[in-house]
Amino acid sequence: MSSIKIELRQEDIEKIREICGSFGKDPQELINVLHKCQEHFGYLPAEVQEVVSNELDVPVAKIYGVVTFYSFFTMTPKGRHPISICMGTACYVRGAEKVLDEFKKELGLQVGQTSKDGKFSLSSLRCVGACGLAPVVLVGDKTYGRVAPDDVRNILKEYE
Amino acid sequence: METIKLTIDNRAVEVPRGTTINKAARLLGIEIPVLCYMELKDMNIENKPAGCRICVVEVDGRRNLAPSCATNCEEGMVVRTHTTRVLNARRTVMEFILSDHPKDCLICAKSGTCELQSMAHKLGIREIPGQEIAAMSTYRLDTSPSIIRDLDKCIMCRRCEMMCNEIQTVGALSAVNRGFMSAVAPAFEQNLEHSTCTYCGQCVAVCPTGALTEVDHTPDVLRALADPSKTVIVQTAPAVRAALGEEFGMEPGTLVTGKMVSALRSLGFDYVFDTDFAADLTIMEEGTELLDRLNRHLSGDKTARLPILTSCCPGWVNFFEYYFPDLKDVPSTAKSPQQMFGAIANTYFADKIGVNRKDLVVVSIMPCLAKKYECQRGEFSTDNNPDVDFSISTRELAAFIKQANIDLNNLEDDDFDSPLGESTGAGVIFGTTGGVIEAAVRTAYELQTGKKLERLDFNELRGLEGVREATIDFDGLPIRIGIAHGLGNARKLLDDVRSGKSQFHAIEVMACPGGCIGGGGQPLHHGNSEIIKARVAAIYAEDKKKPLRKSHENPFIIKLYEEFLGSPNSEKAHHLLHTHYFERKKKIVVKH
Ligand code: SF4
Ligand code: SF4
Ligand code: SF4
Ligand code: FES
Repeated sequence: MSSIKIELRQEDIEKIREICGSFGKDPQELINVLHKCQEHFGYLPAEVQEVVSNELDVPVAKIYGVVTFYSFFTMTPKGRHPISICMGTACYVRGAEKVLDEFKKELGLQVGQTSKDGKFSLSSLRCVGACGLAPVVLVGDKTYGRVAPDDVRNILKEYE
Repeated sequence: METIKLTIDNRAVEVPRGTTINKAARLLGIEIPVLCYMELKDMNIENKPAGCRICVVEVDGRRNLAPSCATNCEEGMVVRTHTTRVLNARRTVMEFILSDHPKDCLICAKSGTCELQSMAHKLGIREIPGQEIAAMSTYRLDTSPSIIRDLDKCIMCRRCEMMCNEIQTVGALSAVNRGFMSAVAPAFEQNLEHSTCTYCGQCVAVCPTGALTEVDHTPDVLRALADPSKTVIVQTAPAVRAALGEEFGMEPGTLVTGKMVSALRSLGFDYVFDTDFAADLTIMEEGTELLDRLNRHLSGDKTARLPILTSCCPGWVNFFEYYFPDLKDVPSTAKSPQQMFGAIANTYFADKIGVNRKDLVVVSIMPCLAKKYECQRGEFSTDNNPDVDFSISTRELAAFIKQANIDLNNLEDDDFDSPLGESTGAGVIFGTTGGVIEAAVRTAYELQTGKKLERLDFNELRGLEGVREATIDFDGLPIRIGIAHGLGNARKLLDDVRSGKSQFHAIEVMACPGGCIGGGGQPLHHGNSEIIKARVAAIYAEDKKKPLRKSHENPFIIKLYEEFLGSPNSEKAHHLLHTHYFERKKKIVVKH
């Protein structure tokens, strides 16, 4: 019957408190608070949700409910080289899905997953506004345009 | 009040503004089926997610069918509740729900009382198109000390979420995920055991399907009864006798005390005792504690904390351990009647009949699921031998009686055994909200003033209002009393205690709306609050019938103190009948 413990680094706790504070600790601002937390940490691990729950006085089950309902929230850390494939209309009609399938096959990952060694993670995006270059793939900050399934292997090679 | 005229199935009806189509139809005797919707009238409990769409109706001039449970009547509306379009839509909704639902009704714990099953029957569903193609979503089975969650059977009505969040303000459950994988679950889809669940069982009490059920301990009880080396004794909580009959087709509010005793005897229990006896004992201990704190407080002792909070409800104890651990010295230290009974049975009574506690099996019949957890708490056992071995619910007892081919309806009345079966009316009213404090007042008044109480019915303490308060005149000394049932209501009073605003001397809290008569282990009310009210009336009727109605007048309690305990709050009484509480709040720890 011990109490439940949540472990987190001091600076992380303070960062979450700061974010919650900047929204006046208002439970109505939960989604915005989570956005900011995800921006900072890259993802929303259970510990972060627990601290947000404490700060905003919202049950952690509710927070987890929100995190799992919206696809833009994730509980898995991004890889060192996060790969995002644009699924906007232009990219889609020019074969983005085939490109995505190729990445899935090469990496053995599903969308939303991170490779075991933490190197790559895979996600899809709504239109990034580079439709002229469709289909578009982002790896970290770098943009690749007019990507065909055959290019996938070469792109990955750059990060070996 | 502004009223609205409309017609439903060509019949005119006039209703106050704000009435839903569904309720208006009910006034005409038209029962539009509902599934996710649930209301406990007069108890401020309503689930209205407008999610399932089983209740749709056609409204002239509207393109889409309207969910009747969530659409308000409007002037001149023309509503049709059984057109071909409506019936087809209802069937489609049902087929859709069933396509992702297991078909093992035959062996489901809710079979016979499941609202989904009866809806499928009512709508005459005979086949489920598309079920061969659709892969059914499956979830991990979660078993906690009190509750089993089998979310394969969840239909996302969200009644449990409403109970846990809005009524109980526990927030252990929330809707998670989306699409077919959506479910109601604790944070991170962990087991209930790792959440802040209080085991009040209110989610189980409202779940229409077999998704939420109690952990069944009847096989353990059966095994103990079959073991000749064991002496098996049973205690029955007050609320059970006011509800058990419902499971055998009797009118809600039928008291079956005598028949229940007969049934338990036929099942083979060696002694049939009454938790009401332990409730009387609780009053002696809790009442004495109250007077002690009160008198110390009146004489200026700053260490005497008031108000005192009742501690007989384990759901409530779990709640304050999680949410108000800073106030853990405010509640009475008295154990619950279930555990007081267990402690006395394993000492005083075991000695009396010369049985070693290892060979004594104590079973409790409870309206409650939190009691299953409570009797497993480490502090309630000696050398790994629990004071109460198994706790089964009213529903489990009913099933057990049926399995044993016992026809409750045709049993003769029988009496509880002595001495742990003797009780007063004060013990009986523990079963309803306000009852514990009324019982305490009856005893505390006489002990404090030395005068005889003229009036035993304290109507000012009764009722179903969520938070109630009353001042009782203790011969010139006004005693202020607060009552809350439902944990959300309790939270309001607790917040005041925490901030120092509370003016009460004593507060009674019951976790379940209505008190134990509305407990998580009772026959299902299916959203009919009249059932709960009838049980309350039955409890007060039983109290009225009792020759003795004050705990301190129970001759067997007096004898227990003379022969064994000494006096209330004596060292021995403290050792056996009192407990301590734990801090269970989540702690955020800095990682280095
Ligand atoms: S038992 Fe009570 S506290 Fe636990 S999940 Fe159910 S409603 Fe919530
Ligand atoms: S668990 Fe039961 S009460 Fe809760 S949403 Fe599912 S079916 Fe409804
Ligand atoms: S009110 Fe009664 S049934 Fe409900 S949790 Fe408390 S003791 Fe159990
Ligand atoms: S009962 Fe009306 S939408 Fe479910």
